[in-house]
Amino acid sequence: MTGGSASPTLRELRDAVRSGARSAVEVCRESLARIEAAEPSLHAFNTVVADRALARAEAIDRDRDRWRDAPLAGVPVAVKDNLCTRGVRTTASSRILDGFVPPYDATVVERLERAGAIVVGKTNCDEFAMGSSNENSAFGPVHNPWALDRTPGGTSGGSAASVAARLTPLALGSDTGGSIRQPAAFCGIVGLKPTYGRVSRYGLIAHASSLDQVGPLALTVGDAAIALGAIAGADSCDATSAREPVADYAAALTGEVRGARIGVPSRLLDGVDADVARAFRAALDVLAARGAALVDVDLPHARYAIPVYYLVSTAEASSNLARYDGVRYGLRVSGDQDLRTMYARTRERGFGPEVKRRIMLGTYVLSAGYYDAYYLKAQQVRTLILRDYDRAFERVDAVAMPTSPTPPFKLGERITDPLQMYLGDVFTVSANLAGLPAISVPCGFTSPKPGAGPAGEGALPIGLQLTGRRFDEATLLRLADAYESDTSWWTQAPPIAAR
Amino acid sequence: MLASGMADGFTRAQVEAIAALANLELDPAETELFARQLGEILAYADAVQQIDTTGVPPTAHLAARDGAERPDVCRPCLDREAALANAPDAAREAGLFRVPRVIG
Repeated sequence: MTGGSASPTLRELRDAVRSGARSAVEVCRESLARIEAAEPSLHAFNTVVADRALARAEAIDRDRDRWRDAPLAGVPVAVKDNLCTRGVRTTASSRILDGFVPPYDATVVERLERAGAIVVGKTNCDEFAMGSSNENSAFGPVHNPWALDRTPGGTSGGSAASVAARLTPLALGSDTGGSIRQPAAFCGIVGLKPTYGRVSRYGLIAHASSLDQVGPLALTVGDAAIALGAIAGADSCDATSAREPVADYAAALTGEVRGARIGVPSRLLDGVDADVARAFRAALDVLAARGAALVDVDLPHARYAIPVYYLVSTAEASSNLARYDGVRYGLRVSGDQDLRTMYARTRERGFGPEVKRRIMLGTYVLSAGYYDAYYLKAQQVRTLILRDYDRAFERVDAVAMPTSPTPPFKLGERITDPLQMYLGDVFTVSANLAGLPAISVPCGFTSPKPGAGPAGEGALPIGLQLTGRRFDEATLLRLADAYESDTSWWTQAPPIAAR
Repeated sequence: MLASGMADGFTRAQVEAIAALANLELDPAETELFARQLGEILAYADAVQQIDTTGVPPTAHLAARDGAERPDVCRPCLDREAALANAPDAAREAGLFRVPRVIG
């Protein structure tokens, strides 16, 4: 492996800005320079806002006293391009939002800035956050920093690549079926999907409203904990945000694992890639050596999670995406025509193939005659999946699985076979269906391919996923942090970070 | 309108009917592709039909009830100019979005 632990973490950068050891402007310039150098290879950003970022950094430097205790003082952050940023174009990586400049900030963006963070740009993602490889972006795919011919995962691929390549120490993503956790796993970083309702969705461009959740991607579990603390909590603009008290997540990282019970759904793990299975078993050994008890758990309906997910999420998406009609914002395909033709042509031209496929599927499962057979049935099985987890959490504190059944695959490998692409989400979609918090933390690398060159080159990151009880992010973060401190996989940086 | 052929692939007419419901105007190649792919995806999704869900209530969402209400008070919102700023076509002085003619 190349690189090393030289890249500063969010906490280190923040502390340096707070103490005056480094200026916010200097930190911001460094991030912008890294972005500029890496972008031709990665394509992680749709928009970079250098002037806006530097102006904000100057403001922080001018008034340092005010930011002395700010949890994210001077921290450069990359924001997924499906989160609204006032005055900065927001595309959801879709042509249909061409020219859209939001008149307001998403609540999470407002909270990041209030905590001292500096937004440096908007990250590339799958169109409307639909996909698993970032190849559905209207602006072209993001490349994996570890292997440029491979996917960084999706849909928050640009956010994950930005953190992995050490362009920014923090990024925000959104997760509807694994879109924070799978890219985090594929890029060798930490990604946290909070409990449904833990973080406001106001200003997040809706994909599937009962599943979507915003969360952080970072180098370390501790950094993710700091970021979650900054963005979590009730919001009067989002009726689904919960009033549940926000814990001091950073303080929860005690390193204590003894007595924790970790459930392993062994029966689900058949067919997992050999390297992934090996890394997963080794990760369980690390947790067990620290004093955690491993308990076999049964999640009998988990194997139906993918069909349920693709029925529920497409139904919700078909409804949410009805608003893109060429009237209030974005693209309009006009001409000598009536209103309905304008709608249909705008949508035909504006949406990419995967978005159309999902709108079609969702429209079908909601249509008269099929609603009961598909949508209602899927909602009932969703209840059974939920109950499986409720039962498991009577016996265990967290459920462990690999984040993805395979390491990052090659760009182009699955894009022509949507069903094959969907099957890769097998371990992530349940947490969304059940509204549970889940974290992916790096747990090793694939064995380098023979003849791949110097030691470690060609090795690809693998992620461990822990799923927890609703609103118990603290336990998840504590377990993941303890695991991380015994393994330090995060200190390995991809070659591109050293350039 | 959409009857039959659920999981066995769709006819061109069925795909066109769904597209009309979704306000999409697909080209012929997309219609062919979706006829096959929607059939494949639904054949896979048919696995859920095997599960006995008698008496199981549906889960539509997991929102906590406690966040759903707020005081009913007036608060500032987007002004008209900002709301119209992104419109592809608007009568800005009148404060209206403009669309193609609807009535003959």
